[in-house]
Amino acid sequence: MTEQTALERRVQLWFGPQHPGITGNMAVQAWLEGDTLTSGVTHVGYLHRGFEKLMERRKFIQSFPIVCRICVPEPDTNEWLLAASIEELSGLDKEVPEKARWIRTLFLEMSRLSSMLMVLGGHVGAMGLGTAPNWLITLRDYILDRFEELTGARVYHMYVTYGGVRRDLPEGFAERLEANLQEIESKLPLVDNVIFDSAVFRKRAIGVGVVPEEWVDELGLTGPIVRAMGIARDTRTDYPYEKYGELDIEPMTTTGSDIFARAWMRRLEIAQSIDLIRQILAKMPTEGPYSAKLPNMLTWTIPAGETYVRAEASRGEMGYYVVTDGSDKIRRVHVRGPSYVHGVTLLERLMPGTNIADLSALMVSLQVCPPEIER
Amino acid sequence: MSLKYTIAPFSAWLQAVSKPFTVPVTGGPRPGAPRYRGWHINDVEKCIGCGTCSAICQNEAIDMVPVDDPVVGDSGLRPKIDYGRCCWCALCVDVCPSGSLGMSNEYVWADTDADVFRYIPGVDEKPWDDSELGWRREEGFELVDHDRVPMGMLDPDERTQTWAEVVIGYTEEQARVEASRCVDCGLCVAACPAHMHIPDYIGAIRDGDDARAVQIIYDNNAMPEMCGKVCTRRCESVCSIGVQGDPLAIRWLKRYATERFDNLAEVLQPQVERVGEGRTVAVIGGGPSGLTVAYYLAIRGFEVTVHEALPQVGGATFFGIPRYRFPMSSLEKQVDLLKSAGVKFVLNHRVDGDELTRMLAENDAVFMGVGLMKPMALRAPGEDLPGVIPALDMLREQNLGHEVDVGEKVVVVGGGNVAIDASRISRRLGAEVTIAYRRRVVDMPADDEEIEDAEAEGVEIVTQAIPLRVEATEDGKLDFVWGPAEMVQEEEGKRPRPKLIEGVENHLVVDRVIVAIGQGPDLDWLPTEISEKICNKWGYIEVDETGMTAVEGLYAGGDLVNDTADAISAIADGLRAVNGIVDKTRAQHV
Ligand SMILES: Cc1cc2nc3c(=O)[nH]c(=O)nc-3n(C[C@H](O)[C@H](O)[C@H](O)COP(=O)(O)OP(=O)(O)OC[C@H]3O[C@@H](n4cnc5c(N)ncnc54)[C@H](O)[C@@H]3O)c2cc1C
Ligand code: SF4
Ligand code: SF4
Repeated sequence: MTEQTALERRVQLWFGPQHPGITGNMAVQAWLEGDTLTSGVTHVGYLHRGFEKLMERRKFIQSFPIVCRICVPEPDTNEWLLAASIEELSGLDKEVPEKARWIRTLFLEMSRLSSMLMVLGGHVGAMGLGTAPNWLITLRDYILDRFEELTGARVYHMYVTYGGVRRDLPEGFAERLEANLQEIESKLPLVDNVIFDSAVFRKRAIGVGVVPEEWVDELGLTGPIVRAMGIARDTRTDYPYEKYGELDIEPMTTTGSDIFARAWMRRLEIAQSIDLIRQILAKMPTEGPYSAKLPNMLTWTIPAGETYVRAEASRGEMGYYVVTDGSDKIRRVHVRGPSYVHGVTLLERLMPGTNIADLSALMVSLQVCPPEIER
Repeated sequence: MSLKYTIAPFSAWLQAVSKPFTVPVTGGPRPGAPRYRGWHINDVEKCIGCGTCSAICQNEAIDMVPVDDPVVGDSGLRPKIDYGRCCWCALCVDVCPSGSLGMSNEYVWADTDADVFRYIPGVDEKPWDDSELGWRREEGFELVDHDRVPMGMLDPDERTQTWAEVVIGYTEEQARVEASRCVDCGLCVAACPAHMHIPDYIGAIRDGDDARAVQIIYDNNAMPEMCGKVCTRRCESVCSIGVQGDPLAIRWLKRYATERFDNLAEVLQPQVERVGEGRTVAVIGGGPSGLTVAYYLAIRGFEVTVHEALPQVGGATFFGIPRYRFPMSSLEKQVDLLKSAGVKFVLNHRVDGDELTRMLAENDAVFMGVGLMKPMALRAPGEDLPGVIPALDMLREQNLGHEVDVGEKVVVVGGGNVAIDASRISRRLGAEVTIAYRRRVVDMPADDEEIEDAEAEGVEIVTQAIPLRVEATEDGKLDFVWGPAEMVQEEEGKRPRPKLIEGVENHLVVDRVIVAIGQGPDLDWLPTEISEKICNKWGYIEVDETGMTAVEGLYAGGDLVNDTADAISAIADGLRAVNGIVDKTRAQHV
């Protein structure tokens, strides 16, 4: 047999966009030598709707139904960021009632929890282990039940608005949510058994996909990725918003910076989230309005200005840079989603040397949400 | 790696004998949550067809489609939802000014025909039409602004000491805020007799372009400052925001815009075809209808002369409406514009029958808007006693600047705007005032705000009071004798009628009995051959859809033609005649 040249040994492979192992509607174009990637390029564009551009054509209120589409598993950060940025630019932030601020904090934390339950299952799902993802999706559904009764919808909630939220908590909501939390807590040890105590997961996750600390500031990494390398960074504590400043909350960390550490980080944050939701329910006032009095939403104009507002999504720091020009529409909005850096810059750097079988797990551990890249 | 990690995952098998994670569902899909955002429902009786739902829908999922003939306050359109576009955001529900639109908590519906997923909720029957659950409008969360910017007014005590205008008017900032409440539904346009372009001028005020607002206002109203102060505002009564909140202050916004400019001619540079070049039109009567005709014909090149019996034009808005509501400066400003448009005025000149015949021969058209000048009599014994006076005479004297003495105590008989004006004038002249009205306060034709203002100024209102007679007392006063009435509903759907309760007499000793129970046409001066052609049996004039009477070239309008007898209806009549005359002129050009 004649010796093959390096070029001849190289295989080009499209991973996605139609592949169950890819995170959402995206694709990776990978080059392989054997089963090891020599390089890879992230491709997006499969669900481009031009969210940012669309928002420039809409009255402020009309953007809520779009922004939630920027992240399907965790739409609520987007709703809140839109509300908070426009409130700041219009001065309406001073009128948001106390109770609305608590409800928003609850809503955001429920959103993080439901998203983390889903992605934790994804960690092992990407390795072909089906049990935990099924369980975790069910646990997430319990939270979606609560979203449904709170907001009128399971996935796209469109619940936060300028000046507060759209409806009060329904009667008995806190009790039903607490029951769900207990249910989730009771199931988590089972989940631990099949994820963190699984030899398969440990072998394929420990030491795989290590992100070096030097890249954090160079690339602008945030969220569980940096906390899983021992760096205590969290928007909720570093730049507290809504009622996070009034909660007993410490940023959690772990070490290792590999796929395992990032999964474990999410496991820790699930517990933290459950604790925070309990704190919020205990501290939240029961009386009072849930929304400020709003001006006519069909004609509302806002003074010219610009701002950047941020929040901690389950994937990392999510931010909206918003410019207004005194008209009844947003002039420019830039959505800073963590997925751009994590799913494009970081992923492309991590791919060389990665085994093709680990690519899916690596992507899940970076928790890439493609619409956030496309905006 | 420790053995633990090999064994632990097998604990999952325990689930085979434990309660499952999932929730078993039997018997079809489980119902949506109580506030689920499912398929739409609409209470079509409550819906006013304002289209605000359609305006807010960012997906353009709502078409407004005709389901009924339009009536005042209801466009007859109803929303049709396209579920190929709808994203179930429920902004349409939250903005709906009538609260008619909602969503059921039904979310499952399958069909092989894609077209069924476009339907008119409430019209096209659906199984969930009576759904009690689902997303509804909720009080306390409004996407529109229900609260009107309050209007500044003089203090009631201060008012009776002065002739100054009671209403102060909006500041620029107040006007912008008030204007921003409009949802641009246009129901008001249909309700306004002149169909003024209300949402457009309100939009211009909101956007800070007051000149543009005034230009739009002058599209079809040449006396807008008057209307901005005294209009009966049928528009506001149908404002969609008014269904659950305060209607837009349409009248005050018009007032604001027109008051911004002293020289209207500079702002208005009407770009219209001068079809009337070389033609002449005579207008008899300088009331709102006549002035409307004069302005819109003059800017189209007609040579217009207005003949007015009094020393000043304005009609009832000059000699009837008191200055504290409509000051002379406002009237003069509007008349100045007419002068600058080339309208000629012949004042202190009462046209008679011969002159009318001559005018008809000499002009291309003649417009008659002489109003209702004959006060209705009290029709009770004592009506001819000195001291029993028609409100119209008293108001005219006052407005002409003559000395008016009403003594210390008066009773005003009637419940319309004229009665309110006479009573408030009497208060300003220092008298104690009682209004005696046959029906209830809710039945009073006078504007609600006027009634409130009168009461605030100390006018007492006695309702269900039927005048029986007036007698002269020995000390030179008048004894106004009235009997109480009960309200009886004689016919279904008709308003209840007052019926005298026999045998009870009440006395009110006063210096003046001011009679304000209406006025009728005074057309005795018309040549018989004309009057028998144009007048109906009540003495009012009849016109066709071009505003023309049965006499060729003779047009008419205003109080003596319409049955609404307010300024804006007179203006609308004037506009109708303008269109009639212009169309005819154009036809002659061809
Ligand atoms: C006291 C009072 C208060 C009112 N308040 C309101 C109100 O708040 N809001 C509202 O919308 N409407 C109000 N109205 C009604 C409104 O003013 C009238 O509907 C409107 O002015 C009618 O206009 P018109 O064109 O028919 O003529 P009119 O205003 O009636 O004017 C007719 C003119 O014709 C003149 N004239 C009559 N005969 C001759 C002749 N032979 N030759 C020459 N000139 C002649 C008269 O002197 C008069 O100036 C009020 C009326 C009165 C009397
Ligand atoms: S907003 Fe409400 S009242 Fe107006 S058309 Fe729509 S459903 Fe009818
Ligand atoms: S629910 Fe939202 S998308 Fe659907 S018709 Fe109403 S406004 Fe439009």
